[in-house]
Amino acid sequence: MASFNLKVNGKSHQVDVEDDTPLLWVLRDHLGLVGTKFSCGIAQCGACTVHLNGNPTFSCVTPISSVGNSEVTTIEGLSENGDHPVQKAWEEVDVAQCGYCQGGQIMQAVAFLKQNPNPSMEEIDNAMNRNICRCGTYHKIREAVAEAAKNM
Amino acid sequence: MKTVKRESRRDFLKAAGLTAGGLFIGFNWSSCDSPKVEVLSTEQVLANAKNFNAYLSIAPSGDVVIYSPNPELGQNIKTSFPMVVAEELDADWSKVRVLQANLDTEKYDRQLTGGSGAMPHSWERLRKAGATAKYVLVAAAAKAWNVPAEEISVENGIISHKGSGKSGHFGEFVGEAAQMETPEEVTLKDKKDFKIIGTPVKNVDAREIYTGKPLFGLDFYREGMKHAMVQRAPFGMKIKSVEDGAARAVAGVTDVVTFGNSVAVVGDSTWPLLKAKKLLRVEYEPDGTVESTADHDRIFQDLIANGKAEVRREDGNVKSAFANAAKVVSAEYQCPFLAHSPMEPENFFAHVQGDRCELIGPTQTPDRARQTAAQILGIPAENLTVEITRLGGGFGRRLRADFVEEAVHISKAINAPVKLTWSREDELTGGAYRPAVRYRFEAALDESGTMIGYKLRGVGMNAGNSTRENNFPSGAVDNLLIENINYDSSITTNAWRAPITNFLAYAEQSFLDEVALEAGKDPVAFRLELLDRAKNNPVGRLGYDVDRMIGVVKTAAEKSNWGKNSNVKQGFSVYFSHRSYVAQVADIEMEGGSPVLKKITAVTDCGMVVNPTGANHQVRGGIVDGMGHAMYTNLTFENGVPKQRNYDLYRLIRMKEVPEIETHFVDSGYDPTGLGEPALPPTGGAIANAIFAATGRRLRSQPFIEQKEFSDVKLEIRRS
Ligand code: FES
Ligand code: FES
Repeated sequence: MASFNLKVNGKSHQVDVEDDTPLLWVLRDHLGLVGTKFSCGIAQCGACTVHLNGNPTFSCVTPISSVGNSEVTTIEGLSENGDHPVQKAWEEVDVAQCGYCQGGQIMQAVAFLKQNPNPSMEEIDNAMNRNICRCGTYHKIREAVAEAAKNM
Repeated sequence: MKTVKRESRRDFLKAAGLTAGGLFIGFNWSSCDSPKVEVLSTEQVLANAKNFNAYLSIAPSGDVVIYSPNPELGQNIKTSFPMVVAEELDADWSKVRVLQANLDTEKYDRQLTGGSGAMPHSWERLRKAGATAKYVLVAAAAKAWNVPAEEISVENGIISHKGSGKSGHFGEFVGEAAQMETPEEVTLKDKKDFKIIGTPVKNVDAREIYTGKPLFGLDFYREGMKHAMVQRAPFGMKIKSVEDGAARAVAGVTDVVTFGNSVAVVGDSTWPLLKAKKLLRVEYEPDGTVESTADHDRIFQDLIANGKAEVRREDGNVKSAFANAAKVVSAEYQCPFLAHSPMEPENFFAHVQGDRCELIGPTQTPDRARQTAAQILGIPAENLTVEITRLGGGFGRRLRADFVEEAVHISKAINAPVKLTWSREDELTGGAYRPAVRYRFEAALDESGTMIGYKLRGVGMNAGNSTRENNFPSGAVDNLLIENINYDSSITTNAWRAPITNFLAYAEQSFLDEVALEAGKDPVAFRLELLDRAKNNPVGRLGYDVDRMIGVVKTAAEKSNWGKNSNVKQGFSVYFSHRSYVAQVADIEMEGGSPVLKKITAVTDCGMVVNPTGANHQVRGGIVDGMGHAMYTNLTFENGVPKQRNYDLYRLIRMKEVPEIETHFVDSGYDPTGLGEPALPPTGGAIANAIFAATGRRLRSQPFIEQKEFSDVKLEIRRS
């Protein structure tokens, strides 16, 4: 067991866990931030996507010991009232079916649009290819990313 | 620690802004009872009025709240059902809210999600509930204003009387309306007057989903609960010995519990359990047949050739038709096992306390969860409560209660509340799969290319009947034989989105393409010729509506410009399942000699479309699902153990692999029918037939990418 200081969504937290504990489980089991989802646990599906200093990161394979001083942002910390342009675009386009993957999709899209504010459809496809949606909402995800790009 | 919000009836009253007063309408939206609708008092609702599993309430503020007992897993029932109620009520949709009920299974007959059956089942009762509420509100207004009820009109939550110029919102009349007599019969609206049904209405849970609120079962936490994960035996095996020393030594692991052929690791959080599970040393020994995919292949070959079949349907004289045929076409088709693989892995919370038990989590069948747990614990069913969370996908997997059983065993053994979590590896290796199946088709053609004989033999694994004997082309062929053989496998299987038809449709529609080619006929013309026969001079019983099938075939041909552009190689497919009709055309364009899958056009007849947004979702989602599993996904076994243990090997379709999907809906004037499943079955066939048209390669097994016929087909998928 070791003690770690984390910065999550602008707040400091202290947790006592083994140093190989993935950030995903620290967020979910220890900090009660359950918007970051578990699905594959091996960096294949993107359900657990968070931002480390703004970069999209699979939290399921990110040991807590590697997080250091990085700013962690989760879906809960993306905006005060759920009104980030990407969240709004998701609502506008009505993307979700079951909704389980969508937090990760939104985090992926936000990071991507920060790097590439005027993406082509092909670039959107490439970026969002990292995240699986078992319900098959890919058409709407694509549409929502393009919609968000217009409003950012 | 967060907990998901629980809704009891008392909470419902609070959330609905109703501690006293207001109007309650009790009705059933999923039970098998007759669609009775009644006005109720607060006391009756609190006393858990036995006969109703749904309540519509209108608060003095005019807010309309619907209390829904049904599991929501992405089929959008939580949005589309209230739309139907609000339509007949003429409510202001912006004032309608839906609350997921705390499942109180003691009182309800049937609460489940599955089979695309909810909307057809509930359509009329939902409409009656809304119409009854409107009736009593209008009666109350008529009394208050002293005018005839017939002169009153309702729009957007406002009741008005033209003659006197009086008007008011629903809330102003709820007190009086609650005293009114419910009519024996209510008049339902003419469909052409619908204002909410048929318009795109957004998901009612959108905000919570997009802000990461704890909606799902896996998001449930309670102070002091334990976490657990389970190691299960390979299929056909049982435990010989368990060595758990290393697992117990992992920091954070508090217990290891063995029950049946399962070993559970228990601890204070999830990560230590994922580690400890890998350190368990469990030895197994055979306990029945231990199967591998190679065994299945042998079993299929053998049973197709020599098995003793059950005749499901026989028309005419098949023997003589084949003996006299000018040409016989035959082919065999096979698919692999598949997991359901919902994005949210299986999980459940259980708290056994003496002779009581609390269950919370994602299930499509809360009643089965309760019954199963009651049986394990040997306690009466009324001692259990089941609370349902939102489901992160189901696809049929959560119709089972195996994960509930495990949670109950563990909670009982450790005498503490526990949340059981399956890992993705557990989900892919833990069973209850779509079983593999093999079909043999034979067709007899006469000189003119008419199909005079048709034979289908299906071999399923734990599938019951692997055919659909009264489906097309039955009824369109004089001499027909449909046979079924079932093999009992030790691998657990379960309904998987569009059971049986998810592969049968592909096999049949691809085979009919082969027959059309041999008959020298265009695939669409060939199908229409058969349908014409079924319409004008049907043979035996028809399990489908020929006109509706012809409708989608013709519309799909038209919308896809069938056969109009020689550079576009097209594949056609049409199928009837879960009461709906779907035809699809896949377009492959040749670019510099290479095939590029660009588009799928889908034409659906599901009767009236309640919510175009939801309908589009279900059709496109079904097609993506059907395409992904036909193209990429495989689950194979080695000595009772699946080889594809996570998404690195168990390949699911991704963003870059979906073509454009164009959807059309035929308005046939029928009441709404199912949509969660019917768009999936035709997809594989449309794509396989387009691949054949483009490359001459006939794909008779799935997944396509693993077939040798496909190995040098460089198929690209691109939206233009
Ligand atoms: S759970 Fe992390 S990528 Fe799938
Ligand atoms: S919406 Fe269900 S997994 Fe994406």
